[in-house]
Amino acid sequence: MSEARTIESKLDPKSASYRHVIPAGEPWIHEIRRGQYFRIVDLNGNQAVDTLFYNAHDYADRYSAQDTIRSQANLYLTTGTRLMSTAGTVLLTIVADTCGRHDTLGGACANESNMVRYAIEKRHMHACRSSFLKGVLDWDHGMTKRDIANNINFFMNVPVTPEGKLTFEDGISEAGRYVEMRAEMDVLALISNCPQLNNPCNAYDPTPVEVLIWNAPIRDAVISVAPEN
Amino acid sequence: MNHPSILWEETVWPGASWSHVLKRGTALRITDIEGGANVGALFYNFECPVERYNMPDTLKAQHIARLTKGFVLYSDMGRILCSMVEDTVGWHDPIGGCSNAALVTSKYGDARYQEHRNECHQNGRDSFLVEMSKWGLGPRDLTSNVNFFSRVDVTADGSMSYHAGNSAPGSYVELRAEMNVLTILNTCQHPLDPNPEYAPKPVVLSVRHAPPVQPDDPCRLSRPENGRGFTLTERYFL
Repeated sequence: MSEARTIESKLDPKSASYRHVIPAGEPWIHEIRRGQYFRIVDLNGNQAVDTLFYNAHDYADRYSAQDTIRSQANLYLTTGTRLMSTAGTVLLTIVADTCGRHDTLGGACANESNMVRYAIEKRHMHACRSSFLKGVLDWDHGMTKRDIANNINFFMNVPVTPEGKLTFEDGISEAGRYVEMRAEMDVLALISNCPQLNNPCNAYDPTPVEVLIWNAPIRDAVISVAPEN
Repeated sequence: MNHPSILWEETVWPGASWSHVLKRGTALRITDIEGGANVGALFYNFECPVERYNMPDTLKAQHIARLTKGFVLYSDMGRILCSMVEDTVGWHDPIGGCSNAALVTSKYGDARYQEHRNECHQNGRDSFLVEMSKWGLGPRDLTSNVNFFSRVDVTADGSMSYHAGNSAPGSYVELRAEMNVLTILNTCQHPLDPNPEYAPKPVVLSVRHAPPVQPDDPCRLSRPENGRGFTLTERYFL
């Protein structure tokens, strides 16, 4: 396994215009304006942060896991990754990442998928896709389950082997590690801070994460990205 | 193709789309007659299309990043839409996604109907959306698709590359419908296919009656997760 690349941000949390701690098991939904910087901090380490983004002016145009990995011809998200929408536009660019690698194949847990994966008796356990639904219902702009697309799992490690196996490995994140994005258009962010208790994605202990937004960048980070194909 | 259980057979032309409600208890065989075809596919519960194929649930329930015989396609509601009951290829791509108009134009140039008639260039995303619209579905219903007959290789660092020659002429895959499944297909090229020529391939479809799923069905037994998936699917029809 190659070493993940980590890039630090120069932005100071003290200068952020917005800071909010999302407790484990809670949704968070918030608009981020073009040019703003958006950071998610894994406060306690190895917390899965299930995340979706939408074009803030057209929710039908939303994050696409397949377009994102296909356009960079790489499965993992890190500094330089452009988060692509279904319409082929760049929603945000990852500009700093002290974790090094994030998943977008593992999706979000749901009551129903937990029944398949673990036991039919697990239906009652709180799950990300219910948090996503609570988030969009509270937002009250007509979004429904149709809008819950395949998401990003920030700080989650889901390697694919060359033989075509999907494996769930122990996390590579630690307390205080973060990922930071620049919004390339006005976006709506939807997070479920994952409540999963059945697998090691959260080390069986879901914990809070912090989100921060900066209005004015100090300067644009210099990044290199794979050419769009 | 003269098997008595065959209900009908038809060809999907290169770059063309197709849709049908595949009924529970039938099976769809897709045959790559020339070799090198790609079939982009999406699946919905016809009775309630907000329940749809879910790529992450399919992969993580079975610990796979490829599809072949013995695996199943999960909906986002813990149920099995289709089982892969036959496959002579061994690897179908669940991760590479589909092309869009910008990608097709940049790779192959423009080719309008006015000059090219039915050889005009098609792309995966628009093909999906047009076919989905015939069933009342729209961009909010677009989700990650399967690419039958194609393979994307992944290295340890996550790099993805198209695997040429994955499907030989005459290869086929057979999907048994476990629900009434709205199936949306097109034969557009795979988005990572490096072929500089616009050269989609045709496939032949045949639909047959499939016997009821037995307790010892290989797809049911291939993973303990799939046993629960079949149980939840059977309960839906009780």
